Amino acid sequence: MPISFSVNGVERTVDLPDDMPLLWVLRDGLNLTGTKFGCGVAACGACTVHVDGVAVRSCQTAVADVAGLNVTTIEGLGTPDAMHAVQAAWAAAQVAQCGYCQSGQIMQAASLLAANPAPTDAEIDEAMAGNLCRCGTYPRIRAAVHDAAKRLGGV
Amino acid sequence: MMRPSGWGACDMGRKMKIARRAFLFGAVAVAGGAAFGWWKYTTPYDNPLSGILAREARTLNPYVIIDRDGVTIIAPRAEMGQGIHTTLAALVAEEMDLRLDQVRVIHGPASHAYFNAAVLREGVPFAPTDQGWMAETMRDAMGVPAKFLGFQITGGSSSIPDAFDKMRMAGAAARAMILQAAATRLGVSVGELTTENGEVVAPLGTRIPYADLAIDAGSVELAEAPVLKAVSDWKLLGRTQVRVDMVPKVTGTAQYTIDLRLPGMLFATARTNPRQGGVMNGFDATAAEGMAGVKKIVPLPGGVAVVATNSWLAIQAADAIVFDWGVAPYPASSAELSAQLDTAMSADFVDAVQRDEGDVDAALTGEVFEARYAVPYLAHATMEPMNAAAWLADGKLTVWSGNQLPTQVRTVGAELTGLPPEAVTVETLLMGGGFGRRAEMDVIKQAITVAMAMEGTPVLLTWSREEDMTHDAYRPAAKAMVRASVADGVISAFDFHTVATSVVESQVGRLGYSVPGPDSTIVQGAWEQPYGFANYRVTGYRAPAAVPVGSWRSVGASQNAFFHETAVDELAHLAGVDPLAFRLAQLTDGPSRKVLEAVAEMCDWGRVPAGRARGVAFCLSFGVPVAEVIEVMDTPDGLRMTGAWAAVDVGRALDPGNIEAQVQGAMVYGLSAALRGEITFADGMAEQANFWDFEPLRLPQCPPITVRILENQPVLRGIGEPGLPPVAPALGNAIFALTGQRLRELPFAKAVTFA
Repeated sequence: MPISFSVNGVERTVDLPDDMPLLWVLRDGLNLTGTKFGCGVAACGACTVHVDGVAVRSCQTAVADVAGLNVTTIEGLGTPDAMHAVQAAWAAAQVAQCGYCQSGQIMQAASLLAANPAPTDAEIDEAMAGNLCRCGTYPRIRAAVHDAAKRLGGV
Repeated sequence: MMRPSGWGACDMGRKMKIARRAFLFGAVAVAGGAAFGWWKYTTPYDNPLSGILAREARTLNPYVIIDRDGVTIIAPRAEMGQGIHTTLAALVAEEMDLRLDQVRVIHGPASHAYFNAAVLREGVPFAPTDQGWMAETMRDAMGVPAKFLGFQITGGSSSIPDAFDKMRMAGAAARAMILQAAATRLGVSVGELTTENGEVVAPLGTRIPYADLAIDAGSVELAEAPVLKAVSDWKLLGRTQVRVDMVPKVTGTAQYTIDLRLPGMLFATARTNPRQGGVMNGFDATAAEGMAGVKKIVPLPGGVAVVATNSWLAIQAADAIVFDWGVAPYPASSAELSAQLDTAMSADFVDAVQRDEGDVDAALTGEVFEARYAVPYLAHATMEPMNAAAWLADGKLTVWSGNQLPTQVRTVGAELTGLPPEAVTVETLLMGGGFGRRAEMDVIKQAITVAMAMEGTPVLLTWSREEDMTHDAYRPAAKAMVRASVADGVISAFDFHTVATSVVESQVGRLGYSVPGPDSTIVQGAWEQPYGFANYRVTGYRAPAAVPVGSWRSVGASQNAFFHETAVDELAHLAGVDPLAFRLAQLTDGPSRKVLEAVAEMCDWGRVPAGRARGVAFCLSFGVPVAEVIEVMDTPDGLRMTGAWAAVDVGRALDPGNIEAQVQGAMVYGLSAALRGEITFADGMAEQANFWDFEPLRLPQCPPITVRILENQPVLRGIGEPGLPPVAPALGNAIFALTGQRLRELPFAKAVTFA
């Protein structure tokens, strides 16, 4: 049964199993590879996307559950020529090392800032706790979230 | 495709056709370019870029290509996050008077021309702090076998020491050839010309872009080696650069192997015996074969691969296969593996007495301190699970992978397919973490095997996280025993015994080679420490090979610094001397003392906020002295790390911002292991499978980390690994300072709770 939903503002229809995780529909079905596979069990956050503006783990979201909803991936948040404020803050702080987790980190931070324009350190810690980084970019992530809040006018 | 930028499926057709003939740039491959000038008479290898260039592109040497779009720099070391592409490109761009935003940076082809001479330099039996004639001569000699073997390898924090002269010289040679071409064209002397931002500047302000001079420059023969810029003239080196991969990595457009998409590509996963190296007695794939979209079950050594229309389906199908696995070819439980280490710490298993000064046995009299230490196996757990893609068609094999040994990938491809090496193309893509894990060939061999069974179809093979966690080449479990005595406030005798299975034997053995003699990684991080204990002995014991082990960020120093620096801390307390002053008084190396002094100043060592305590540790690894301090406090929820400070000496800091990132990252990687990292075995299988039971440090537990970079030592050093070794002992020493509880085993979370 075809499933329709919006991805980065474009209506998409896929004919894939209802229970196929959104992660794999995006990556292998729609070739939107900016969203990453890390663990498959919602333990690392690398697959974080927005569904109707809220961060979710796409590896644990069945594609049928986003029918009719708006999905935003890292590619839709901003582009190299027109970066979202969170991406610009990430670039300015030179957060990324291997970069593999950063799509998820950025989507998580963008969701946090949309809901809470001026988060405290404790609120950042809580919101970002589900996103692992093996390169150890956490100190720069903290700084970049604060900078992004400023860029968005929240502080 | 809806991809707003970067490459979607429609772009890939074009990209792929190019990739089959040449590599990632250019339009049409023609014979063009050759090895020119200075490079020609200093290398035994042909320029690997010759013959694979686009029309109107020229290669000035193996590191520089110029075409109509500008300059491409080959950075032939694996970019796994350590920022190596940026610093390597800066070496060339500096000498060519280019800005980094003017160049394209690529891994380039697999070639022996990109051998790494520095990686073996520290394998010699001289401490890194020994700059004497004999030690240096031996190090230079070690470059000869590296060149002979032609290892294009990334590891051992060696990329920058290896490239520092080589790639600056490549840039200087390219600039000299461009200048000569411009002089000829303009009918002026080279001395009347200068270069700036990718252009030759002639008298009266005439400017010629390098791209316009490429073809002429390609036929210039340089009479002599060019002169390198004076350090005082550097514009890029010594300053923090914007990483060349930063914008792609924050916009989801960076290309990792797992992101490769080719027309007609299928997706696969592998499932092999979780008792690593054990056989597969049989399997029942009836259910998997019946799943719509499953294309093929391909036998692999010790398991199978499932090929399907998407990765998720391949993993689901693999889960549906019933396997009959054989037994493990090693002791099957952690208890047995641990007992094997105990047995091996004896005279029969001595690998090397790597240091023996004074008369330790005679000096160990009276009240002798004795303690035993242990660390577990550790997984690398890169964020990007192991994967590789391969495509066999028309008598040619292409392999896409993120690997630290691209020339070995080509060798493996030729061996498995029977094709000549020149029919094998290796495309190295960005790596989602490496830490030593991507020096292995396992997933690459699997992908090639699948490609052979699916001839004509490109296949991307991706491991599940569980396959990745349970099929690692782990950091070996290790144990140590220290006997020592203190007198007059210093260590009068220090007898250090350390045992592990051999990383070199296991890892190099998997590549099909054997290395005679002792494995210096068994004692790495202990034997070469610049302490002046009057009686000082370091003995390494090699336990019989068991579970596959491999290089894990900082290798042997990751365990030995914990053993050594915990013991030194215990002896400081025994002597009644401040642990930092105790070390400072006994370090004989100037730059090493200075990093300790620096870290003391940074944290204001003497003034600890109420309710908190600090621990310090020092380790010299990969030639870099590093001192670190960790601060902890007690909370109702457990111990909390409230601060971390590090001082490092790399000799010359080429990119301070990246060095800071590497030190912070190494400390976080080390803290992940110190707090919770542990792989245990039962019934021959790793008991941890995913991030919920092998849980790295998360952001809320990460303390603020302050880094200072010193440049006092005479030799330029790499920094990917040295930040790691001191962090676990610094934390353990801080916990002792706070609670009085001495922790001699990792991970600490087995004994204390962390908030």
